Amino acid sequence: MVARFLTLKLTLMGNTFRKSVWQTIGMIVAALYALGVVGMLVTLVGALAFAGDPAWAGLAITLGGALTVVGWWLIPIFAFGVDATLDPHRFTTYAIPRRTLLTGLAVAGLVSVPGIATVLVALGTSFAWVLEPGVLVVALVGAALGVATCVLGSRAITTLLAPVLESRRYREVVTIVALVLIVLIGPLIGWLANGVEVSVEVGSGDGTSTGMQLLPLFEQAAGVVGWTPFGAAWSLASTVHDGDWAGLAGRLAVALGTIALAWLAWDRALARALVRPPVGDGGGGKAKGLGAFGRVPSSPTWAVTARTATYWLRDPRYSGSIAIVPLLPVIMYFSSQSSGNFFLLLATGPFVAWILGFSISNDIAYDNTAFALHVAAGIDGRADRWGRAIPMLVVGPVVSAVTVVLSVWVADSWHLTLPLLGLAFGAMLVSTGVSCAVSARLVYPVAKPGESPLKSPQGAAMATMVSQGLGFMITLGLSVPVFAVGAAGLLLGGVLWGIATVVVGVLYGALILVLAVRFGARVYDRRLPELLQQVQSFP
Amino acid sequence: MSEVAATLGAMTTPVDPGPPGSPGPQGPRGAPEPLPSDPSAALSLRGLWKRFGQKIAVSGVSLDVPAGSFYGLVGPNGAGKTTMLSMATGLLRPDFGTAWVHGVDLWARPDQAKATLGVLPDGVRLFDRLTGRQLLTYAGMLRGMDKGTVVERTNDLLLAFDLNADADTFVVDYSAGMTKKIALGSAMIHAPRTLVLDEPFEAVDPVSAANIRDILKDYVAGGGTVIVSSHVMDLVQRMCDHVAVMAAGQVLAAGTVDEVRGEQSLEDRFVDLVGGRQHSEGLSWLRGS
Repeated sequence: MVARFLTLKLTLMGNTFRKSVWQTIGMIVAALYALGVVGMLVTLVGALAFAGDPAWAGLAITLGGALTVVGWWLIPIFAFGVDATLDPHRFTTYAIPRRTLLTGLAVAGLVSVPGIATVLVALGTSFAWVLEPGVLVVALVGAALGVATCVLGSRAITTLLAPVLESRRYREVVTIVALVLIVLIGPLIGWLANGVEVSVEVGSGDGTSTGMQLLPLFEQAAGVVGWTPFGAAWSLASTVHDGDWAGLAGRLAVALGTIALAWLAWDRALARALVRPPVGDGGGGKAKGLGAFGRVPSSPTWAVTARTATYWLRDPRYSGSIAIVPLLPVIMYFSSQSSGNFFLLLATGPFVAWILGFSISNDIAYDNTAFALHVAAGIDGRADRWGRAIPMLVVGPVVSAVTVVLSVWVADSWHLTLPLLGLAFGAMLVSTGVSCAVSARLVYPVAKPGESPLKSPQGAAMATMVSQGLGFMITLGLSVPVFAVGAAGLLLGGVLWGIATVVVGVLYGALILVLAVRFGARVYDRRLPELLQQVQSFP
Repeated sequence: MSEVAATLGAMTTPVDPGPPGSPGPQGPRGAPEPLPSDPSAALSLRGLWKRFGQKIAVSGVSLDVPAGSFYGLVGPNGAGKTTMLSMATGLLRPDFGTAWVHGVDLWARPDQAKATLGVLPDGVRLFDRLTGRQLLTYAGMLRGMDKGTVVERTNDLLLAFDLNADADTFVVDYSAGMTKKIALGSAMIHAPRTLVLDEPFEAVDPVSAANIRDILKDYVAGGGTVIVSSHVMDLVQRMCDHVAVMAAGQVLAAGTVDEVRGEQSLEDRFVDLVGGRQHSEGLSWLRGS
């Protein structure tokens, strides 16, 4: 039976190869990438063991292993629906004993790129102990227990939380939180590393051998982590190496206890899930009255405006990008801090403006087949294009202006306010215009309504890159006059040049916007049914 | 291609091959020349062809839907019903052929033709992050109606489709039947002369279905035209006055329900036309012991 689950999973994987060439290439790239990471990690740990001290390798395995477990347990909560090929609900109608189902699903859970990579790294790094055969055996057992902790814990958590994970509102909130975390991860690591470096330097007086200075810190951390469910299994080998037999017994107990608990929790949760079909959230989202539709004049253009504005707030695929925009200055601030150069920070204003305009460059794909309503109603291209642009034209300038003012305030470069404002307004108008034109011609697959924005459709990478690249090039080319005047304003200084930048940015941007929307509207009118057919053909 | 076309062209088509020089782009070589379109018809299709990759979904369909008729369109899965209706409503550009809506060439003057059509497409999403009320309002405003009328008709439609209690719920949280009803409402809010409804009763509960049937009957009695596609023969026989039977991308029979079914029930006639019934022993092992 377990073999049958394995075959099923392998068949499912094999079938993705048959679906499209791009998907196959994506899969191969992912596998190669994973293989590279595996090789690198194993080599690194091996080098630590043979060039330095096996104890160091033990430290690395304990800490890295604990991180892996955390990853396995937490990532599925954020990246929901990424791999639902073996959703237990699909097996409810078959009479499979629960124990068999559980074992089958657990083993099948390992058959994926991250699963296989985890197994390879766990086994490979164990051979850091190859010079001490006794420890090696314990290390291999520890690796097996560690992998089991990863898979069982991950399954237990997702199955336990399934009722919550299935609710639409939870997924929307989690999506946005995850997006914010992902964006912040880089600066956060940089900031932490800075902090550690500083504290080490302060502690040691001279910062010569930072690695050696950090060792006690790692040892302390590994000592603690080794007693937690995350690191216990991975730390067994080091404990044997140190000859700490009491510690070994304790940690083994923690590791086995974790696995038993995870198994039990999963078993219970699965038993409950199998008799309770998946249901959406009971109440459902509500919004009183007409909302934005009540506040706009009655015309197709304003109808599209109201709908677009509503979606910006309500659809996580849009509101996720809104949540990211305020973070951009923060990221730029941290990067400027570490490099001591405020150029990046000052560029944030125009950059945010450009991103905002660009964010509507694939609007029809976001509508998906709901776009049929526009086609059936036969609204003309100008109404559709302007309707989608207007919310951006209302919000964009305000957000850009606030970002510019904030950045010059932090950088204390008030004399650059006007040129930067001019650049920002120009960039926003041009990129909004280009988006309106491009989105009528190039449509590429995106996450469907209701899907996680983190999930990019498979096989769409090429189309995405080409479309976005093209849009980017066109925007850049059309922005040259704004850049020229802006650069002059920045270099020459003076209020007059500043005012000139603003005037040129706004007037020129508006001109491009009007022309681009007119062009986009013509293309839209000509290709209306083809646009619908394109979004219908998305995988 | 021409070989296939010739074979298909030799099959029976309800509208006889017409004289050369009929309007619209020429069909594939070997296809019969269709008659000129009927300007009085609510919908007049002439020689519609559509190919997706290797599969010819609709091959040379010509059909007249008289104004004021309640027209049923039946056919097995994959017969090309949805493809044909999409081409007749401006959602899908035909490879060949023309569609006339109340005497207006749909593909030459889409704005004018679409204004008189209300469309319920099958298998498309809705703007489901809007509430039911907002979606109806949106559909009305897209048609260029003034807000007073939109608000009034939105309330009427919500009442008529028994959706008043859920008017402020997001459409994404609606059940399948409620979603169908709200989509139907968005298709009729601008009081079109012709309603084209693809599978309007799918997943709709019997009470709501009866209400919808009454609404549609009233609408036809008031001079409107309704075209519905359905799998349910019984429903079509009771509800519609005209019917067309489609299979394998062609119209096999069309006319009033009585003409098409003759002495038989519509279901038996349909099976005769389409074929595919098996009179074997079936699954003998499936009998309970």
